[in-house]
Amino acid sequence: MCPNRQSSLAAAPELQRLLARYPPDPHALLQILRELQALQGWLAPDALGQVASELGLTLAQVQGVAGFYRFLHTRPVGAYRVLFSDNVTDRLLGSEALLADLCQRLGVVPGQLSFDGLVSVERTSCTGLCDQGPALLINHHQVLTRLDPARVAHMAELIRARVPVPQWPAAWFEVQDNIRRADVLLGAPCAPGAALTQSLARGADATLAEIKRSNLRGRGGAGFATGLKWELCRQAPGTEHIVVCNADEGEPGTFKDRVLLSRQADAVFEGMTVAAHVLGARRGFLYLRGEYRFLLEPLQAVLQRRRAEQLLGTHILGQAGFDFDIAIHVGAGAYVCGEESALIESLEGKRGTPRIRPPFPAEHGYLGHPTLVNNVETFCAVAHIAQHGGALWAGIGTPKSTGTKIHSVSGDCARPGLYEYPLGTPVSRLLADCGARDTQAVQVGGPSGVCLAADEFERRIAFEDVPTAGAFMVFDRSRDMFEVARGFAHFFAHESCGFCTPCRVGTALLVKRMDKLAGGHGSRDDLDVLFELDRLLHSTTHCGLGASACNPLRDTVLKFRPAYEQRLQSLDFEPGFDLDAELSIARRMTGRDDAAAHLENRT
Amino acid sequence: MTDDVSPTQSFSLDGDDLPFASGETILQAATRAGRYIPHLCWHPDFAAHGSCRICSVKVNGRVGAACTVQAAAGLEVESNTPEMNRQRKTLLQMLFVEGNHFCPSCEKSGNCLLQATAYQMGMEGPHFEEFYPNRPVDASHPDILLDFNRCILCELCVRASREADGKNIFAIGGHGMGTHLLVNSASGQLGDTAMSLDDRAAHICPVGVILPKRRGFVIPIGQRRFDLKPVSQQREGDAT
Repeated sequence: MCPNRQSSLAAAPELQRLLARYPPDPHALLQILRELQALQGWLAPDALGQVASELGLTLAQVQGVAGFYRFLHTRPVGAYRVLFSDNVTDRLLGSEALLADLCQRLGVVPGQLSFDGLVSVERTSCTGLCDQGPALLINHHQVLTRLDPARVAHMAELIRARVPVPQWPAAWFEVQDNIRRADVLLGAPCAPGAALTQSLARGADATLAEIKRSNLRGRGGAGFATGLKWELCRQAPGTEHIVVCNADEGEPGTFKDRVLLSRQADAVFEGMTVAAHVLGARRGFLYLRGEYRFLLEPLQAVLQRRRAEQLLGTHILGQAGFDFDIAIHVGAGAYVCGEESALIESLEGKRGTPRIRPPFPAEHGYLGHPTLVNNVETFCAVAHIAQHGGALWAGIGTPKSTGTKIHSVSGDCARPGLYEYPLGTPVSRLLADCGARDTQAVQVGGPSGVCLAADEFERRIAFEDVPTAGAFMVFDRSRDMFEVARGFAHFFAHESCGFCTPCRVGTALLVKRMDKLAGGHGSRDDLDVLFELDRLLHSTTHCGLGASACNPLRDTVLKFRPAYEQRLQSLDFEPGFDLDAELSIARRMTGRDDAAAHLENRT
Repeated sequence: MTDDVSPTQSFSLDGDDLPFASGETILQAATRAGRYIPHLCWHPDFAAHGSCRICSVKVNGRVGAACTVQAAAGLEVESNTPEMNRQRKTLLQMLFVEGNHFCPSCEKSGNCLLQATAYQMGMEGPHFEEFYPNRPVDASHPDILLDFNRCILCELCVRASREADGKNIFAIGGHGMGTHLLVNSASGQLGDTAMSLDDRAAHICPVGVILPKRRGFVIPIGQRRFDLKPVSQQREGDAT
């Protein structure tokens, strides 16, 4: 359905019905705003006021939350809101030309609402469909994959004819799993309940011991020992414990969690339920990124089936006192919410600003309760370990990096998709298997990870060598690594939460300098400033987003320096603007364009 | 915070032993001992915020915000070092280019913690290109002027209004470089709120955003708090 543009007053009964479905609880704020927007198209001031008074918040607090999330709109937007995925992989596949084409066909400027209020076209951060891009997100609900000029032309016609999105050709919405190499996690799904039965038979203490025996480390990026995290959370005093699955897969280039949630949802929920058994938790949340909104109904159906199968709810598998259920919270476009304390703030209906740590969520998380936050892939691994034992998992991979790891492979290769390998596998093996040729560089772990040059392809993907959260983006020798780094700089500036000085201002300054270099106005001084920003952000930011914002810059300057040097005008300071070009307005106004109307040597 | 300072509990600040009470942060302990660690968003009466990062110090070789890092026995804290002061100066320069700061004509000049800290860190110029944001002034309140041009998003007014005044006049909106202070009223104007000149929030701003009207130059520039003594030689909580 495409959202209608009724005034919020006309839709007041809708709002009342929506509010009635939630307890008058400020922690439901983000979910209410998201659903309200789905009904009304945007969040009008009077609707925000009504929500505020119902939830006992101030209008400014509600405005503050609405203004934080990229997918919430406090101004009218198009009835069709088109967001082109703007990861570098989408660009490699031609997304920019397609965006320009669509805008031209619809007569709109990117980022601006069309004069008739029909459509707006913008870019958004990676939508997690890099193996089947260029992709776009429409009305924050449906995703379109494998865009090409024909689809774009047809789409423009459908929008002009106001055909509702669900009536568009079904093939456009096809999301493929593209599993190219499966191991234990992507293999045949386990029977629902199998892992849970095993861990109930084993008991909570022994199950925790198996997790520890497996030496599993969290798959979200930080690589903290999962068993230790569970133990710390279990021991933390509190009236209740909470289990959270982090499905806010926002790292550009990563899409493995999307496939796990489509294919292995039972394993994800089962892993969470095993955790609930070990921790004695009664409540769990799956925090689903807004870009994966299309997965919500299928996931809810899986939860419903599991309730019917006594795998969730009260007396799970007939065990008195084992009560646990899972609610799904949908995000609204904020990469920083992948950071676990920001995710908890967001779950609580607030701006997704990372918290001061310590205390860590394991001690003081959701509403102050001890909270376990693990990634989707981690919970899948937990289900496997709970069923088959920790020794089996520990026997895969390397001693410090046990088990398998799923890689989301995209970019310049013949077979993009998911590849699951034991940890310790060399980069060259992935490149060979995915059909990469003439590879110049690989970005492992997304923009916040590491960029490897050809002489490093024998390095192994493991916590002790090249760690990764899952992204594996391939660039062949035709690609400009400076432009790759510049795209990532824009990404971090766009996604900075704005809380701390170095990240808020530093990422914006980084963009300014990279754009200045791209514009051909660079000098050695600009490179020095970029290095200075790198050092400062790396050490002083509040959270990891700002700390890693300069990683792509640092790696590419170090390894692909000519890509930067060819952009330098001079070694001395060079201003960021072209003085002669600035005079063009005066020339136009005076009707002069003779040599004397130009600056010297700049004709 | 408790005052049961155990003499056996101490950490090192720039080579000097500093005692601390359990539960104190590095900045709390340093301030109580009369040691200056530059800061903007921290105030002794409110919980730590950790947003300005000016109080960044090196703790056992890793950088952290002194206002949020818990003091612990045996920590080696480096604060007043060329490296940390250079980083602070850069952070200050970031804050200056992000907003619109016209110190010579600002009525907060001499009473401004940002300006005083910049002097302390030897900041002589902006270093980075200015952003020149468009931030209209709110003069709707009879007694208080809001000049958002200087806001550094320390949230002291947000915290003071919520915790000390119980009014929740302010909130934070937007994200990234668009992060900004919000006023809680349907119009978004301060004149439509219950804000009073007697509120704690009216006097907590470390820069020149929240200004009492008709008082600007009662004390001439040159005779103000930080004109008399540099910020490092003043006690935290001294009257502005």
